[in-house]
Amino acid sequence: MEKKNQAVVTVVGRDTIGIIARVSRELALHDANILDISQTVLSGLFNMIMIVDISLSEFAELSEALTFLGEELGLEIRIQRSEIFDAMHRI
Amino acid sequence: MINTSEILQTVHMITEEKLDIRTITMGISLYSCIHPDSRELYRRIYDKITHQAERLVPVGEALECEFGIPIVNKRISVSPISLIAAACRDPLTAARAMDDAARETGVNFIGGYTALVQKGLTESDRRLIDSLPEALAETERVCGSVNVASTRAGIDMDAVRLCGEAIKALAERTKDTDASGCMKLVIFSNAVEDNPFMAGAFHGPGEGESCINVGISGPGVVKRALEKEARGAPFDVVAETIKRTAFKITRVGQLIAREASSRLGVPFGIVDLSLAPTPAMGDSVAHILEEMGLEVCGCAGTTAALALLNDAVKKGGVMASSQVGGLSGAFIPVSEDIGMINAARSGALSIEKLESMTCVCSVGLDMIAVPGNTPASTLAAIIADEAAIGMVNSKTTAVRLIPAPGKEVGDEVEFGGLFGRAPIMRVSPYSSETFIARGGRIPAPLQSLKN
Repeated sequence: MEKKNQAVVTVVGRDTIGIIARVSRELALHDANILDISQTVLSGLFNMIMIVDISLSEFAELSEALTFLGEELGLEIRIQRSEIFDAMHRI
Repeated sequence: MINTSEILQTVHMITEEKLDIRTITMGISLYSCIHPDSRELYRRIYDKITHQAERLVPVGEALECEFGIPIVNKRISVSPISLIAAACRDPLTAARAMDDAARETGVNFIGGYTALVQKGLTESDRRLIDSLPEALAETERVCGSVNVASTRAGIDMDAVRLCGEAIKALAERTKDTDASGCMKLVIFSNAVEDNPFMAGAFHGPGEGESCINVGISGPGVVKRALEKEARGAPFDVVAETIKRTAFKITRVGQLIAREASSRLGVPFGIVDLSLAPTPAMGDSVAHILEEMGLEVCGCAGTTAALALLNDAVKKGGVMASSQVGGLSGAFIPVSEDIGMINAARSGALSIEKLESMTCVCSVGLDMIAVPGNTPASTLAAIIADEAAIGMVNSKTTAVRLIPAPGKEVGDEVEFGGLFGRAPIMRVSPYSSETFIARGGRIPAPLQSLKN
């Protein structure tokens, strides 16, 4: 399988002002390029999925920064390589 | 493109339903280490393992971080030590080398303190079995196993007797920790050469120089899928749901195995399609059986439910991986499964029922605490019974019994962490002494006239 160097960022938690701004800023600081965003707010629960290109990023540092940001904002932020989703849901 | 609900399903499986990779196990051949001098043997074993597995733990941790899935254990299995230490006549040296190398590489267990004696005992096999109590009591991370039977060779009853005695002696040596040493010793029938799971992992004589084997997990995911998609439905729906779920779980195992193999530069061996429980709530094989409609695991119907589960997991998993192997089946370790613990505690689950369950699943009478005064001959006879089931049914069976010194039925032993806790289970009070004293071999069974 060809390496895509894409990752999926999932953000779940209580909606507040500036979540997208803060997450995007962190991604930019770590040279991750946003390819796609999908976001919903269902009864106050913020739910966002971002597909990002991480070819230029240092994965461990980016992951740590996002976890830290999640703790600061009281949200659950995860970043995972996209292959795990492809493996599970596509043959 | 993967859609939102698929992404959230995967994240949910990992965060809420305890989906994880149970183990990445690196198999390492030690044939090149054989030497008659024990100091040289120690050095060669230590050097080979620490060199080959140097990056195993860091690579495992990087995979956890990047794919966002826990990899609970990183482990090593080596060639059976009875072969490696035959020339130097000192298996304990090899045990110390394994233990030191495991500590240096950061793995929590190393398997392969093993003898394969289904057809007979060499001098070296006998030395290894005799040394099991000392080796496993004095090392921290070394796991041992003995294969005493196979469908082609029958049961070596001399080895069975020696193993019963070894378990008893090991319990005595580790009595301060409720015979915890016995958790590291498995007695097999039809042992597989590429099992990634401890304590029975070893790198079989037919394996290559080194390989990566991966064991998956996920009882919680299967149970949740049954709750959502198959509650009250006929068994066809239950089987289909388990198959679909097992497929998804195994694909993740396959992905991690491929990645680990390519990053470590070691060939990919197999994915083991086992449902391995932990004592955590929501990670229980017994609860899957109860979800199928049993009031409690151990009641009538348990064996049928387990047969369905075991078969459906394999059918779903086989297509998801390019190489399937190891034990591949649902595990039923009593102390490591909260549903089993509760069933045993309430008296709903007996050793006799567990024995019949092992006829239809992997892997055997596993992590069962029995009274401390159980005679070695009774332990040996339980091993013989379980070995007979494996031998006749052409499958792997195993016994991991913990005769906790000073403990009786009604007591409990606490092992901590993934090993959980076990209520002491009743064993037959009648004697098998004369039966075990006979020795010799039980001949291999006929492979036709199968009734």
